[in-house]
Amino acid sequence: MKAFTYQRADSAAHAAATAVKPGAKIIAGGTNLLDLMKLQVETPSALVDINRLPLDKIEETPEGGLRIGALVRNSDLAADPRVRQRYGVLSRALLAGASAQLRNKATTGGNLLQRTRCYYFYDVAKPCNKRNPGSGCAALAGFNRIHAILGTSDHCIATHPSDMAVAMRALDAKVETVNGGGEARVIPIAEFHRLPGKTPEIETSLKSGELITGVTLPPPPPGVQLYRKVRDRASYAFALVSVAAIVDSSRGRISSARLAFGGLAHKPWRVAQAEEKLANTFANASTFNAAANAVLDGARGFGGNDFKLPLTRRTLHAVLAEITRT
Amino acid sequence: MDEDEPITLEITRRTVIETGTTALLLTTLPRAALGAGPLDDAGPPPPPLTVELQINGQSHSLTLDPRTTLLDALREHLGLTGSKKGCDHGQCGACTVLIEGRRINSCLTLAVMHDGQSVTTIEGLAKGENLHPLQSAFVEHDGFQCGYCTSGQICSAIGMLAESRTGMPSYVTEDLTQQPELTDAEIRERMSGNICRCAAYPNIVAAIKQTAGMPT
Repeated sequence: MKAFTYQRADSAAHAAATAVKPGAKIIAGGTNLLDLMKLQVETPSALVDINRLPLDKIEETPEGGLRIGALVRNSDLAADPRVRQRYGVLSRALLAGASAQLRNKATTGGNLLQRTRCYYFYDVAKPCNKRNPGSGCAALAGFNRIHAILGTSDHCIATHPSDMAVAMRALDAKVETVNGGGEARVIPIAEFHRLPGKTPEIETSLKSGELITGVTLPPPPPGVQLYRKVRDRASYAFALVSVAAIVDSSRGRISSARLAFGGLAHKPWRVAQAEEKLANTFANASTFNAAANAVLDGARGFGGNDFKLPLTRRTLHAVLAEITRT
Repeated sequence: MDEDEPITLEITRRTVIETGTTALLLTTLPRAALGAGPLDDAGPPPPPLTVELQINGQSHSLTLDPRTTLLDALREHLGLTGSKKGCDHGQCGACTVLIEGRRINSCLTLAVMHDGQSVTTIEGLAKGENLHPLQSAFVEHDGFQCGYCTSGQICSAIGMLAESRTGMPSYVTEDLTQQPELTDAEIRERMSGNICRCAAYPNIVAAIKQTAGMPT
């Protein structure tokens, strides 16, 4: 680990103002950042610890939603009775991620900001445009079994590893931030994570020195919520494909559907056309297929991850069959 | 804790990069040094910080390089080597300890982040000669072979049983709105952050079930 100075933030604005300095990084749970620092993928010269800030509450909003503080731990969010009752897809997604020890430490804000688990990003001996812009992408012609099939670029085919963010994408969450001047901003989750394009090192729409203070969930949409994660182990593994689904249906007739996917792209993936294909239709193989076609529009494999195209289709079929069974 | 490169190397690297001869550098420096991103300030490490930790009921004041993980503080500075360093990346669970009663990976947190907090390690579980019930159950059920993961397994299981008592659900909990009941599948899922390469899993599950008052 490279040397760094350590200080504790007094307030969110103070943390943001301190983090704007070159080389400074915010630390919350630290489960991803410290891992990367040990490998010198991340080499901050200053750490600003926000763990003692009062951002650890989950509160009802006047609209009937929930506001989740940025420091709410993943395990506490998953276990919150309101989340379990009204946002089951979020609770399920959180419980599908990492291990209990990591969930006890990892925070809501940090989960959104975690970095990809691309092997080449982690291996500082290999080219990686995300870690070292302009050095190339070793995954394109390398082992790319876990990599993206949608929204990729010639510069990067990494995926975003979060389960939580996929559920939040389906729920149309909003990310709240503050900057060093104390100004607040709200970023819809759809605009929070970016596609790699030519600048895969820029992963979110956060500005320099902008700190996440919380995430707001609107009132839950009607329908049944489900999170399905397909991975190499039954537990404690990242998604090859995951689906957060919220489908309102009755006796085989779907009135509305929301679908967000993990493991497929540089951000949680959601396709409005796929949801439109399902709205006001009957639940059957042909409508599920039409939705899958819309999700996979423009998808391409890179050799090792070609299997993700049929896997996505089959996972979506299984999810839609299960969720419309009632 | 990774060691620093010599300061001379830092200065050389910066000088070379700033003069734009990185191609030459590529062949002469360890690749790891190149991939490490923006250069930090050359010079001595930052001043040490003092941290107060309540470890197994005893107060300890430590003066540490801020890079010191909680695991290294326990093992290298306090001689509490019961918590093990397996992967040092939060993947194996051998370093599991309880902070304020909650289980975490002590390798993935800095000691300075826990100033004033309580830490329970495997050394703090027995009362004199009397083992903690989970320790006895691990002995009784042969919940280990080499024993390297055991302290992490036991601390993790204590945290897990507490989580279960408060009704925390798991990935395999069928109905999120109900208080989950411990089953073999629940125990296995909740303990998935602790790897046992001797694969003593059936006996670990049996030891946990006995401690939880379930039929084994």
